[in-house]
Amino acid sequence: MAGNYTHSVSLDVEKCRGCTNCLKRCPTEAIRIRDGHAVINSEVCIDCGECIRVCQYKAKKAIFDRLEDIPPEKKYRIALPPPSLYGQFDNLEDIDYILQGLLDCGFDQVFEVARAAELVSEYTRNFMRRPGVQRPVINSACPTIVRLIRLRFPYLCDHVMPMLPPIEIASRMAKEEARKQHPELRDDEICTVFISPCPAKASYVKNGLWKLRSCVDYVVSMSDMYFALLPHMRRSSNPQCASQSGMIGISWASTGGESSALLNDRYLAADGIENVIHVLDEIETGHFPYLEFVELNACNGGCVGGAAAVENPYIARVRLQALRRYLPVSHNRIADGQGDHVPEDYLFSGPLTYRPVGRLDEDMAQAMQKMQAIEALCDTLPAIDCGSCGAPTCRAFAEDVIRGERTVDECIVRMRERMHEFLKSQEEAGG
Amino acid sequence: MTEPLRFHYLVDGGNFTSAGEASVEVKKKLRQLGFSPEVIRCVSIAMYEGEINMVIHARGGEAEVLVYPDRIEIILTDQGPGIADIGLAMQEGYSTAPDNIRTLGFGAGMGLPNMKRYTDEMRIESTVGVGTKISMTVLVNK
Repeated sequence: MAGNYTHSVSLDVEKCRGCTNCLKRCPTEAIRIRDGHAVINSEVCIDCGECIRVCQYKAKKAIFDRLEDIPPEKKYRIALPPPSLYGQFDNLEDIDYILQGLLDCGFDQVFEVARAAELVSEYTRNFMRRPGVQRPVINSACPTIVRLIRLRFPYLCDHVMPMLPPIEIASRMAKEEARKQHPELRDDEICTVFISPCPAKASYVKNGLWKLRSCVDYVVSMSDMYFALLPHMRRSSNPQCASQSGMIGISWASTGGESSALLNDRYLAADGIENVIHVLDEIETGHFPYLEFVELNACNGGCVGGAAAVENPYIARVRLQALRRYLPVSHNRIADGQGDHVPEDYLFSGPLTYRPVGRLDEDMAQAMQKMQAIEALCDTLPAIDCGSCGAPTCRAFAEDVIRGERTVDECIVRMRERMHEFLKSQEEAGG
Repeated sequence: MTEPLRFHYLVDGGNFTSAGEASVEVKKKLRQLGFSPEVIRCVSIAMYEGEINMVIHARGGEAEVLVYPDRIEIILTDQGPGIADIGLAMQEGYSTAPDNIRTLGFGAGMGLPNMKRYTDEMRIESTVGVGTKISMTVLVNK
């Protein structure tokens, strides 16, 4: 699994100084400092982007596609802008300017992800009416959260709603529309390009999720696109495109938006990866029996807080509030409104499977012995979690040692004590 | 291996936000040891409820967890007011939690019943005015 999973967070070894900032911030302890620079354990990384935000040397980067790398055979290019993009621009009066700007940047068509989000919201309401659904239902739109639950919360796997994320639905709808409008085009001449606020969505597209291969073709960074858009946005005075997003679709950009679209107040919406982990821990212990829906976003503020977004998430949110003020509640409706119907092609197939990481040993007795050794070693470590050994905590270091990846001498605090003892004994011997 | 793994935690009283921390720690360790999700869930729920109880009623206490390959034992000890009528306390919905605790969403009277439901064995020893000791066992192969 680890071997064929392509992460979208990478390291520029030249820039990395081997400091402990990312080491300490990584919520899954996926980072170690080895040979003077950070190393990411891809089996444990959930693409949350915390290390990108915290790196002061800009050594951590999210890997995205670049527009200029899309081959010329892809004749018909459809931009998929998410609603979080709309919150990035100052003094924007109408979303139409952004959509026109994307066409001016060279896209042939634009399909708003918010449109698909409104359909997903409606089908989620239907899904929630299904009898036998495990409650609380946990949202699946943030790929980091889905990955986190797979790795750490086995009992919550079947609470995760198997609904495809809006970008997937948007890509599919956009391609269908394009095929209808341009029957002369071959399928492989049409491509969709998602403008992503985060590395996690890029990973999702590269690796798929839940055994599904994404039909999105390229993922570009929101900040790259922002700077490409700026000059065009100043120029275009009379946009030809008309946004088809309503309030609900726009609201998906920040935390609470997806939940409020369910018209059910028994929901919890949390964001920020550490908060999310706490909430999941509590849900797993059955602490919120009355909850129907749980919306979790890895980034502070929701998608507007993604590591590739330009603007402060809370400012972006205020702008979105202004933009959506005079929009209809929803612009995109499903024909067969009520009931508990959800089309099969909106759902992931099969259950989300638990993929444990960090087992000490396949054999339980061996694992117990190792843990015994880790506990014993921990007691001898300084417990100051300084990170100098390259592990985020003394505990993590003890685990690395017992797993055979490190030697205990790499603890510099212990080393210093031993040095003092040695010098003292030398002194005594000499004196 | 007959000697169990032994974990010991102090449960800080009067602090709701830290209640449940020991349960999360134990969960993490059981995961590393490779126990099944079902066993981990039972242990973490029973332990979580016990921790909350100790914070509400006894201003904290101690939790001892013994891990054997075939079972997990949880022993919670406090020096709280003790339980006068254990039979009554075991009834679902019965609670002596103060109102301020209830406003936080706790004190629904499900703590002890849940602990019993999620464990295979539960023993309560309690003396009014002295304290309470609750021992629970979760079997690995049911």
